[in-house]
Amino acid sequence: MSLILDHVNYIYGADTPLAVKALDDICLTIPDGQFVGIIGHTGSGKSTLMQHLNGLIRASSGHIYFNGEDIYDKDFDMKKLRSRVGLVFQYPEHQLFEIDVFSDVCFGPKNLGLDKKETELRAYDALRQVGLPDELFYQSPFELSGGQKRRVAIAGVLAMKPEVLILDEPTAGLDPKGRDEILHQIKRLQTETGMTILLVSHSMEDVAEFVDRIIVMNKGSILYDDVPRQVFCHYKELEEVGLAAPQVTYVLHELKRRGLAVDVNATTIEEAADTVIKAFKG
Amino acid sequence: MLRDITLGQYYQTDSVLHRLDPRVKLAGTLLYIISLFFFRNFIGYMVAAVFLAMVIKLSHVPFKFMVKGMKAMLFLLLITVVFNLFLTPGEPLVTLWKLTITREGMQTAFTMAVRLMMLVIGSSVMTLTTTPNNLTDGMEKGMRPLKVFKVPVHEVAMMMSIALRFIPILLEETDKIMKAQIARGADFESGNLIRRAKALVPLLVPLFISAFRRANDLAMAMEARCYRGGEGRTKMKPLIYQRRDRIAYLCILAYLAASIGLGRIRI
Repeated sequence: MSLILDHVNYIYGADTPLAVKALDDICLTIPDGQFVGIIGHTGSGKSTLMQHLNGLIRASSGHIYFNGEDIYDKDFDMKKLRSRVGLVFQYPEHQLFEIDVFSDVCFGPKNLGLDKKETELRAYDALRQVGLPDELFYQSPFELSGGQKRRVAIAGVLAMKPEVLILDEPTAGLDPKGRDEILHQIKRLQTETGMTILLVSHSMEDVAEFVDRIIVMNKGSILYDDVPRQVFCHYKELEEVGLAAPQVTYVLHELKRRGLAVDVNATTIEEAADTVIKAFKG
Repeated sequence: MLRDITLGQYYQTDSVLHRLDPRVKLAGTLLYIISLFFFRNFIGYMVAAVFLAMVIKLSHVPFKFMVKGMKAMLFLLLITVVFNLFLTPGEPLVTLWKLTITREGMQTAFTMAVRLMMLVIGSSVMTLTTTPNNLTDGMEKGMRPLKVFKVPVHEVAMMMSIALRFIPILLEETDKIMKAQIARGADFESGNLIRRAKALVPLLVPLFISAFRRANDLAMAMEARCYRGGEGRTKMKPLIYQRRDRIAYLCILAYLAASIGLGRIRI
C-alpha cells in the first residue's frame, strides 16, 4: 500500500507559445503512514504534483501507482481514488457552500453514496477531529472566523476517511496561534489514525517539527528528498532557490562558528535548547 | 475544459497587427463585418477571403490556434445551415418526409455559413492581436464624440476593462473550486439535466461569494488610490496615430472599394 510516481512529466499549455514544463521527470515512493513535507518556492510545481496524486491533473507522460494499481488504467475507478486520497486545496474555505457547517461536511461522504446515518456519523467524527466546538455545528459556515472556516473545510475532506491526506498550504493566511493549532491537529491525526500525510508548504519552519521526511522541489523537479536534518544541512543551497532552513539552524551554525560545541543538526527549538545547554555544561 | 475556449483570447506574439492602434483594428473589423453582407457574387467572397488570409498571415497567430476556438461556434453554425436549408422557399431539389431542400436553400445555407465563419474569424483576429486593455482604451477614445450626447464613455470603458480583466480570474477560480469539489466526490458530468443543474450549486455558491468579495476589494483599492471617474484623468500611454496606422486605414479602404465594387457586379 503506497503511492509510487514513475517518471512523471507535466507540461502546462502544451502546443501554445506559453507552454511551461511544470513537472520534470518526478520519481517518488511514499510508503504508508509517513508524514511527508513538500517544500518549494511559488511556481516550483508542488501544487501541480499534489493534483496528480488524486487524478485531477493527468500527467503528460509517466505513471502513478496507488496500492500497486496504475491510476491511468482504463478500468481504474477514479472516484474511488479520490475518496482514498483526500486533497485539501489552498484556502479550502473558499469551497464552502452549504447553509450550515454540518451539511457542508456531509457533502463528501454523501457523494460516496453512504447512507444518512453513516454520513452524519463521519461528519460528526471529522468535525471533532479538527477540534471545532459543538455549538458551531449548525451555524452558517460564512459566519465563522478564518481559522474555523479552514477547519470545517479540512473536516469536509476528512469525513471521506481517506488513507492519504494531502494538504496544500494549510496554514496560509493564518495567525501564528491558528497555524500551530492546525499543525498540531494534523500531527495528532497522523499518530492516531496512521494516515499518510503530505503537507505542502513554502516554510521550513512549518514542517520541520512534524514531518518524517522532506521533499524539496525546485523548477518542477526534486532537489532534495531526505529526513529533515539532512535536508537542512544544505541550508546554503536552499537559500539559493529562495527557501530557508529553520532559524535554529542558522543560530546553531553561527554558534559553532564562534567556537561553541553545539550539534548543528537540531531541527526544533527544543532540540536546539538542549544542545546549547549541553555545550555550556560540558 | 474551460480553458479551451480561444474565442476572445489574446495571443502573445509580435506582429504589425499587434502594434497597430486599437482604433484601427476596431474600425477595420467593423467595416469588414459590414462588407461581408454587401457583396452578392462569387468574386466578393474571394476578395473577402483573400483579405482575411493576408491579415491572418500578418498577425503571426497560427491558424490552427484560431480554428480551435471555432469549435464552440460549430453548433450555432449548424443551426443556421439547417434552418436555411429547409426553410427557404424556391425550386425543390430533395424532399425528405415533410421537409424540402430547395436550390435557393442550398445556396443561402452555404453562403450564410461562409459569411458567419469569416465574420467570427475576422473578429477573433482582432481580439487575438489586441490586449483587452488596449481594446477598451481604443473604444474609449473612439467613442469620445458620443460624450456630446451625455454617454458616460469613460465609465463604460472602465466597466468593460474590469469585466474583461475578471474573466480569466473567474475562470481560474471556477477551475479551482471545481477541482476542490471533485476532490470531495462531486460529479459534474453525469446524470440528467436536473441532477446536473443541482450539481452546480456547490460550484456557483462559492464562485458568487468570491466574485462579490473581489468586487468589494477592487472598489476599495480603487478608492484608496483616489479614483473618481474619467474627469481630468490622463493616460500613461496615450493613443496617437502612427504612419502604420494611416497605411492600415488605406488598406482597409482599398479592400472596401474592391469588395463592394467587384462584389456587386451582376454576373
